[in-house]
Amino acid sequence: MNLFDFVFYFFALIVIISASIVVFSRNIIYAAFSLLFTFFGVAGIYVLLNADFLAVVQLLIYVGGILILLVFGVMLTNKVVNVDIKTGTMQVLPAAILVAAIAGTLCGIFYATGWLVVEEIPENTSTIEKLGEMFLTNYLLPFELASVILVVALIGAAMIARREKSEKITTSDKR
Amino acid sequence: MHVSLVHYLIVSAILFSLGLFGVITRKNAILVLMGIELILNSANINFVAFARYGGLDFNGQAFAVFVIILAAAEAAIALAIILNIYKRFKSVNVDEINSLKE
Repeated sequence: MNLFDFVFYFFALIVIISASIVVFSRNIIYAAFSLLFTFFGVAGIYVLLNADFLAVVQLLIYVGGILILLVFGVMLTNKVVNVDIKTGTMQVLPAAILVAAIAGTLCGIFYATGWLVVEEIPENTSTIEKLGEMFLTNYLLPFELASVILVVALIGAAMIARREKSEKITTSDKR
Repeated sequence: MHVSLVHYLIVSAILFSLGLFGVITRKNAILVLMGIELILNSANINFVAFARYGGLDFNGQAFAVFVIILAAAEAAIALAIILNIYKRFKSVNVDEINSLKE
């Protein structure tokens, strides 16, 4: 077992343990914080897969953006100062059976399939240049569409979440 | 056993299963969102693993970037909807929001 394998198992353990805490913890704040470690672990796995740009993007967008958004959502919709931050679960047993079946099937398929593995080590250069070229040639249309989608989604989110001033909370129907 | 494509795929399968379990069992809508983020991350691990080992080259990484973009947009809109649900129902538990059910 060389250093690469050791680092891989380390990150894989971080990802799986913290994702289990996200799923099984009854405290929402604990779940949000262990989601942070899941994202860090996934970024480490990206680094092991020679995807340095994606690792940085993962840290910037997931940890810096989406996680903060989720924590704000927790704080705006739960009574943080009280103890009322626990959450319940439902349908645990059928879900556990179903998910275990799906996980077993997936792992079995992944293990049994003879993948065509390209074992050559890519040259140790940055991926940013190639990705940038690709976004401005092959993927130009999806790239522009993604920017439009982001603008539409963010404006739409701001519109939906806006608090209307002269509105009775209980009576009005248009919201 | 030397780390290869299968190891990454199995990690992503476990992550996917955990995310699916969270989506199914959680009552709080924000925790359902966290489960969806786990699922998207596992899909991304698959894309990047095939980009490294499966000859997908940089196409896989480009797809992963698009997945991250859509995840950001989805999280923003979903949280806006959840805030509105909270304003109306005073709760974000997905099993209590059943006004459409007779």
